[in-house]
Amino acid sequence: MGVTPGHDVVVVGGGIIGLAVAWRAAGAGRDVAVVDPDPGRGATWAAAGMLAPVAEAHFGEESLTALNVAAGRAWPDFARDLEAATGRTVHFRRDGTLLVAGDPSDRTATDRVLAFHQAMGLAAVRLGRSACREAEPLLSPRISGGVDLPDDHQVDNRAVATALLDACRTAGVTMIPDRVTRVGSAGGRVTGVVLAEGGSVGAASVVLAAGSRSGEVGGVPDSCRPPVRPVRGVTLRLRAPDGVPCLRRTVRALVHGRSCYLVPRDDGGLVLGATVEERGDGLEVPLGGVADLVEDARRVVPVLDEYSLLEVSPGLRPGTPDNGPIVGPTDLVGLLVATGHYRNGILLAPVTAAEVVALLDSDDCGTPPGLGPFAAFRPDRFAARGAGS
Amino acid sequence: MTDAVRTDPFLVAGTDVGSRLLLGSGGMASLESLAGALRASGATVATVAVRRVDPTTRHSLVDLLEGLGIRILPNTAGCFTAADAVLTARLAREAFATDWVKLEVIGDDRTLLPDPIELVAAAEQLVEDGFVVLPYCGDDPVVARRLEQVGCAAVMPLGSPIGSGLGIRNPHNIELIVAEAGVPVILDAGIGTASDACLAMELGCSAVLVASAVTRAEDPTQMARAMRDAVAAGRAARQAGRIARRYVAEASTSSEGMVAPRGAVAG
Repeated sequence: MGVTPGHDVVVVGGGIIGLAVAWRAAGAGRDVAVVDPDPGRGATWAAAGMLAPVAEAHFGEESLTALNVAAGRAWPDFARDLEAATGRTVHFRRDGTLLVAGDPSDRTATDRVLAFHQAMGLAAVRLGRSACREAEPLLSPRISGGVDLPDDHQVDNRAVATALLDACRTAGVTMIPDRVTRVGSAGGRVTGVVLAEGGSVGAASVVLAAGSRSGEVGGVPDSCRPPVRPVRGVTLRLRAPDGVPCLRRTVRALVHGRSCYLVPRDDGGLVLGATVEERGDGLEVPLGGVADLVEDARRVVPVLDEYSLLEVSPGLRPGTPDNGPIVGPTDLVGLLVATGHYRNGILLAPVTAAEVVALLDSDDCGTPPGLGPFAAFRPDRFAARGAGS
Repeated sequence: MTDAVRTDPFLVAGTDVGSRLLLGSGGMASLESLAGALRASGATVATVAVRRVDPTTRHSLVDLLEGLGIRILPNTAGCFTAADAVLTARLAREAFATDWVKLEVIGDDRTLLPDPIELVAAAEQLVEDGFVVLPYCGDDPVVARRLEQVGCAAVMPLGSPIGSGLGIRNPHNIELIVAEAGVPVILDAGIGTASDACLAMELGCSAVLVASAVTRAEDPTQMARAMRDAVAAGRAARQAGRIARRYVAEASTSSEGMVAPRGAVAG
């Protein structure tokens, strides 16, 4: 109880975004605390770890794609630094992604997206069925061709979460296993956070990185409250038994108009995902969504029938009105937001951490945030556009 | 509200529902792109899948529709039996505080074609329960008539399978349904582009529901605007009364009434 001695920075939420921010801010010489009842879990733990700026590029989201491309380029250094700091491997793999069409109608759809990718200058190469199967022999002969996406990579998101927890401890970050109920402020400036189990933590700066719960934290003026909503996703963890072959690289598939992905791990594991469900903040797992995933994946990679099902992992993506993240300062001095990463939290963690550290510096000096890849993703953009919610 | 909406009201169960273009919310790329499409479409009604959307989540689809003043028409997407659809409609009545329901009972999960037998059974039950029922049905005139007979407030025949973008595959059946119907006919499913929506209205449909054609277009706002204009054009053309089809030309300016008398023409 009572007021814990103050920190330079308190980070609300210990998912991959909060942990990356804390680690990088501590590395920049700040005294940092992270508040989370179960850090490293949540959506971070359920994710598959795809780093997919190209496969996640959609019509009308050109500025988000530019941010995602920049984020992909930041990963090699981030992975190297994290591995150097902890002595752990995070299994960052640069073996690209195959996008596969399940039937001829799906091929028409992947061709449409291919033309869009190429028009944007993204690396995407059309492959025939045989070329797809040469690149990935486990693909079914029933597929209708696909697209090679050589710049879409992957990392083991759970290994990253574990390493970040380690790195934070080593860097002197204080981990507080509690939940923040409200942000404290006085005279238009943050003073710290109030905890669910009582007491508060003083801080000069607060970074709101609570994922899909970021809109629920109290004490945030309505004008700064991030309009995030939970979008449930379910992934399955599978494993190839001895003697059963593994995929060489990440496969994404469009099957009868539905999307799924298969992400192979170095140890014979495989992550199959993911559902997209707008059904509030529950972590239930409706069978229908899982059945669709399994059906579509088996159609593309028949040997999946031999794999063992280890785990079913629901998580809540922090969705936003325009699918872009919300990163930047707010009207409340000292309150920064770093949330709303939706489908790209793992990909965007390194650039978000770098951005927040830069924002903390500019906040100290009273200068406005610079331009750069997050200029289109500031917290005030929704009020300005009057759209969404 | 446009002039057409004011002078040519679209009535369902005695209620003026506004625009003759209804929008489905499924398949949206983002809430903002849906909001842009809704504004451009002029739609006053949007369907929401009861089973896929939680009405209480903040900053979600339901918040957005309420903010735009758009009437929510819950649908029973994902139901395969009459019992399931009836239960889902009752949940929708609680969750969305409306007696209106777009009734979907799917008979095949590949084509998503409706199951006519379960559909009629569910419609009958829901009408008994006091619902205003708008059933999604095949383009079979007999099924459409049965749905009207059990008390549905409209019928919503498909042009082609959901999401296929194949347009209206059997325009003649849609005409037959329109000719028989005493309730509004709302063309639902299969619209791929604006000309499909225009054709539906020319065939005599009272309204058109589009979803994928807009939400999955490269530029949903632009396509929504095109759909709005197409529905207006098709409605106007229907009311204007098209000319008869002929197998040979008929000069647009006939020789009668020309300045030169007949006998003066070279001969």
